[in-house]
Amino acid sequence: MDIFVQQLVNGLTLGSLYALIAVGYTVVYGILQLINFAHGEVFMIGAFGALTTSLVLFRGQTSLWILPFMIIGAVIASVVTAVLMERFAYRPLRNAPRLAPLITAIGISVFLQEIVRLNYDHVPFTSWNPFDLPDAKSLIPFPQIDVVTGPAFQVGGVTIQRAAIFTIGALLMCSAVLWYFINRTKMGRGMQAVSQDPDTARLMGINVDRVIVVAFMLGAILAGIAGVAQGLQNNNIDFRMGFLAGLKAFTAAVLGGIGNVAGAVVGGLVLGIVEAMATQYIPGQFGGSPWKDVWAFVMLILVLVFRPEGLLGAKAVDRA
Amino acid sequence: MTAMLEVKDLKVAYGKILAVKKISFSVDEGQVVTLIGTNGAGKTTTLRTISGLIRPSSGEILFQGKRIDTVPAHEIVIMGVAHCPEGRRIFPKMTVEENLFLGAFTRGDAGVKKDLEAAYDLFPVLGERRNQQAGTFSGGEQQMLAMGRAMMSRPKLLMLDEPSMGLSPLMMKKIMQTVRTLQSQGTTILLVEQNAQAALSLADHGYVLEVGKIVIKGTGKDLLVNDDVRKAYLGED
Repeated sequence: MDIFVQQLVNGLTLGSLYALIAVGYTVVYGILQLINFAHGEVFMIGAFGALTTSLVLFRGQTSLWILPFMIIGAVIASVVTAVLMERFAYRPLRNAPRLAPLITAIGISVFLQEIVRLNYDHVPFTSWNPFDLPDAKSLIPFPQIDVVTGPAFQVGGVTIQRAAIFTIGALLMCSAVLWYFINRTKMGRGMQAVSQDPDTARLMGINVDRVIVVAFMLGAILAGIAGVAQGLQNNNIDFRMGFLAGLKAFTAAVLGGIGNVAGAVVGGLVLGIVEAMATQYIPGQFGGSPWKDVWAFVMLILVLVFRPEGLLGAKAVDRA
Repeated sequence: MTAMLEVKDLKVAYGKILAVKKISFSVDEGQVVTLIGTNGAGKTTTLRTISGLIRPSSGEILFQGKRIDTVPAHEIVIMGVAHCPEGRRIFPKMTVEENLFLGAFTRGDAGVKKDLEAAYDLFPVLGERRNQQAGTFSGGEQQMLAMGRAMMSRPKLLMLDEPSMGLSPLMMKKIMQTVRTLQSQGTTILLVEQNAQAALSLADHGYVLEVGKIVIKGTGKDLLVNDDVRKAYLGED
């Protein structure tokens, strides 16, 4: 029983991380019908934003009050990346065939990874390193924070990492704020309108370009927070971390029904729990953690075959 | 006095196909002006170009003396043009009230609540079902909602695209009465219709479109008794 609860906790932690990233895929898809495959990199840059804030402004300190600044740093880095990406890569392709922005997304993804890998520790085209930042070609230790990292809690026979509580808490808070924004604010209603019928939304006086930017920003805020959560959980980050996390989050978004925000959260949690349970309970050759990614993508294929609209149902892609 | 809306030598193309071939017309303040014609005559294209959803390939559109043919669609709404689109296009997954609030998206003033009540006065059925999902409504109710929604922006010019399409004769009569009411309250109206009889009997001026060209124009009354119009659009030999 303890093992089951332990895996449930592990799954929820992992799933919360997927959910935070998955929202970014689903919000943008809901409005543009674009799968932003570079969103995993927005998450990665969020983690680096937090790291940079800590290294540059608070060298070596571990006090709890630094955490909010790291989160702000992460969110700023993610949002700036996402907004620039939208403005200079996707907007010029707004009326292009769908394949063009998809390929562009893959290009941006590689571009952002390489920028971080090659230039994190110095100003581009020079060897000047004004802030004494570490080389990003290998794993970089993520700053430790009092209270949030440190010894795990033991509840009965179940171990709960402090970073896990941070991650699950972040998902709960972000979901609540996001729900309020989408359903209770004017901009949120405008987003819903654009997602249901963009032309008619324009006739209501809604600036569709602005709504699209807001959608990218929302996704980036959550991805930035996820970047911090990932750093705190794994104790280190690297320039490749966005790739697999992005794919998993995309799987979560499809699982819940892409375009459906609640679906992204549910899909993330389900995916996390399935991975954790598969690791624990599938016996023999196909069990254990080396196979967990396989089971995650097997589930994606099964959903695509048997329930392509996702668990909670997506918005219809071809609207009347 | 300048016209509220002036369309000059307007040409609109979809790719290489000209949908609107150099048409000119104007709408004076307080008038009801109608564009009639069969399917494919270019009526809807004309309205969509005025509201900025499509761009003309040449020609000018002036609203209250200012050119609007390069202004973004959402700013045209702010200037005072409301477009009630063909097929109603209400937001089906939202409630009546949410739809109406979206109609007032450009406004930040305190009068929105009052105008909401005015919309419910105009169409009591909307008030009774304000929290119902709009997608569950009948065609006529959706049309009322679409018109109420368009009025929520407090437009100076209201453009209605085939409001009677697919409606029962009774509902059609009700919609046409509402057009009259809105006019008497001071709204200028540009009405696109296939139902020529109903449209012309309301209109101060009418224009007949045929494959992208204006072929006949005149006052509503004149067109109602015009032989060509009667033969082609009023179903008489």
